[in-house]
Amino acid sequence: MPDGAAPQNSDASDPTVLDVRDLKTVFRTRRGEVHAVNNVSFHLRAGELLGVVGESGSGKSVTMMSLIRLLPMPPAEIRAGVVDFDDMDLMQASEDQLRAIRGARIGMIFQDPMTSLNPVFNVGYQLMEPLRKHMGLGKEAARKRSVELLELVGIPDAARRLKDYPHQFSGGMRQRVMIAIALACDPKVLIADEPTTALDVTIQAQILELVKELRQKLGMAIVWITHDLGVIAGIADRVMVMYGGQVVEEAPVRELFANPKHPYTRMLLETVPSLSGERNDRLQVIQGQPPMLARDPDSCAFRDRCPHAFDRCAAENPLLRDVGPDGHRAACFWDGDTQGEEAVHA
Amino acid sequence: MPDGSTAPRKLVEVRNLRMYFPIHTGLLRTHTGDVKAVDGVNFDIYEGETLGLVGESGCGKSTCGRAVLRLYDPTSASIKIDGVELAWANDDARKIDAAARRIARNATYSVMILGVVLIAVLAVQFEAMARFPIVLLQAAVLIALGLLTFFLTRNMLRKSRARAAGISEADFAPTENDLRRMRPTMQMVFQDPQASLNPRMTVAGIIGEPLSEHTQLSTTERNDRIYELMDAVGLNRDFANRYPHEFSGGQRQRIGIARALALNPKFIVCDEPIAALDVSIQAQVVNLLEDLQEKFGLTYLFISHDLSMVRHIADRVAVMYLGKVAELAPRDELFNDPLHPYTKALLSAVPEPDPVTHDTAERVILQGDVPSPSNPPQGCNFCTRCPAVMDICRSEDPEMKEVRPGRFVACHLHS
Repeated sequence: MPDGAAPQNSDASDPTVLDVRDLKTVFRTRRGEVHAVNNVSFHLRAGELLGVVGESGSGKSVTMMSLIRLLPMPPAEIRAGVVDFDDMDLMQASEDQLRAIRGARIGMIFQDPMTSLNPVFNVGYQLMEPLRKHMGLGKEAARKRSVELLELVGIPDAARRLKDYPHQFSGGMRQRVMIAIALACDPKVLIADEPTTALDVTIQAQILELVKELRQKLGMAIVWITHDLGVIAGIADRVMVMYGGQVVEEAPVRELFANPKHPYTRMLLETVPSLSGERNDRLQVIQGQPPMLARDPDSCAFRDRCPHAFDRCAAENPLLRDVGPDGHRAACFWDGDTQGEEAVHA
Repeated sequence: MPDGSTAPRKLVEVRNLRMYFPIHTGLLRTHTGDVKAVDGVNFDIYEGETLGLVGESGCGKSTCGRAVLRLYDPTSASIKIDGVELAWANDDARKIDAAARRIARNATYSVMILGVVLIAVLAVQFEAMARFPIVLLQAAVLIALGLLTFFLTRNMLRKSRARAAGISEADFAPTENDLRRMRPTMQMVFQDPQASLNPRMTVAGIIGEPLSEHTQLSTTERNDRIYELMDAVGLNRDFANRYPHEFSGGQRQRIGIARALALNPKFIVCDEPIAALDVSIQAQVVNLLEDLQEKFGLTYLFISHDLSMVRHIADRVAVMYLGKVAELAPRDELFNDPLHPYTKALLSAVPEPDPVTHDTAERVILQGDVPSPSNPPQGCNFCTRCPAVMDICRSEDPEMKEVRPGRFVACHLHS
């Protein structure tokens, strides 16, 4: 496995804030093991927005939950991996050390703001909790900071709304509250797990605009998990594509969309119809189903659905290798040129 | 696709569709307001075409789809499918029917109360009348009398008032039984294939249920038809005796589609059929729907919030906002040159999977949230968020107008 932190990007000047190497997570179920995350390595630079794309079950959320060890640990088991954050290996950190990191130096935003906010506490209480626990602020100071935070995320009449309960907010406003909570302690890294998936497009556009604005103001590094390639195109600096619990491609955003190398990425980009541009009579289809992940992968996970698969794909699991400029890497044996574009469209 | 060559036939005609859900509050559950989920929607669907119905969550698009199939009892509407009226051809007929029902109900209550008092008096006066089987008999007679009163009063009132207003009996909405007979022509594919398939029925049972409800096929004929349908939607015949949980999301949606096809419908309402599926599976299901449309000449009402998918599948598109249609136009016109400010904002909010256009595209970011449908704003329902709002918008509700052939817009900017 090549070293995930190899600084090859053009903006390599920024220091790496989060470095994950060979992370491996397995769920033990009654029907056997599920290999959800297989040797995932990646790094995140200060101020960067890393987009993580994949279908459901591709391991994108489990990877992020594993690295802050938020998974319920009897069914889940982290078999291997090193996560460097703040001169510390999070895999070796004690529960107390982790608690001091989660919510403070690593903030989190989850998909559904209704289920991740506690319905029986008002929003002010939930905003002030991290401020008082992590930053040791007093009640008054915490309240003042909460009002600032709500104003920062664009909630009008912030001081009064502190007393409101989550159900009194609309979906978009609730997600703004979640963002405010995640930002409360000035995190270095923000993990956003499908933060706009549950929202309508016009509200999603508002939230995306807000995140862009906040990045400029606060400059934290963000990991943005989504299955929506459109969102990624608009917001990410670098993109990581996951499939079957593995990273199959990694590249700066423009490079990835202009020049996708892995067959899965290529087909994924073609299956999504676009609003502008040409309208095809038929949609490109990726035949078959996502893999079951019952075994430790010893062959390419995309092999069964791949139009370019050949003998080697069944014999060994491809590792990420350099395929283009600026740290563009893909995990595929196919070199892309032998059969040309027609093969993909066939 | 029906594109002008010969005048296409209107298969579905919806006029003035209103679906209000009453709000009851207080100890006595008094009727204090309505959630106006759908508030005066008009559209036609031509035979063989796909009408896309788009909008944000809560705009009433699903309610609209269900009301068109009479899965709801609409507050008012005229819905014609294949020339057959499913609701109220005549709005006066609806009012007469509602009034007749109300009076008949009150008459029934009076009869019932009188009857209970009578039974009580009899029981006190005559000991023989208070014995067990006699009381039961009295109660049965009373209930029969009550039902009789209701139907007699309702029908008499309806008939006399209809005659007075010059409305024929045919203008009244079909009864539940009549509707049931019409159901084979119109079917539905639901959003969540997990929730819309009975987990305790096999695939064959699910697909075969409409057949045993509406047809008199023999067991072998029925099985043949089930296999035929499974072939049509691309399900392996060997899976006929499996249960829904054994299938993936995309395959489950195929089961739902096969069930909808079982009775050879003409019109299918697809209510967000791909929203619960993964991107790579969505394309499979959309292609299947298109193939089936071509093969069986189906007409679709395709409800979705995914604008790029609607651009792919629909021939014409209706955009809904807060219970009303804001704009209805042929697909390419709508996407290339949206007229209503809401359509413009909606289209520009969709993130394009292309980082280059992202940096250059001009975006209309709407402020605020959608108002509550129980308390819509005065005037145009988009006036609270519209970037081009004028004074007239806050006082007058714009009417739907055909501004160019085939293009309907409800906006004061285009009137």
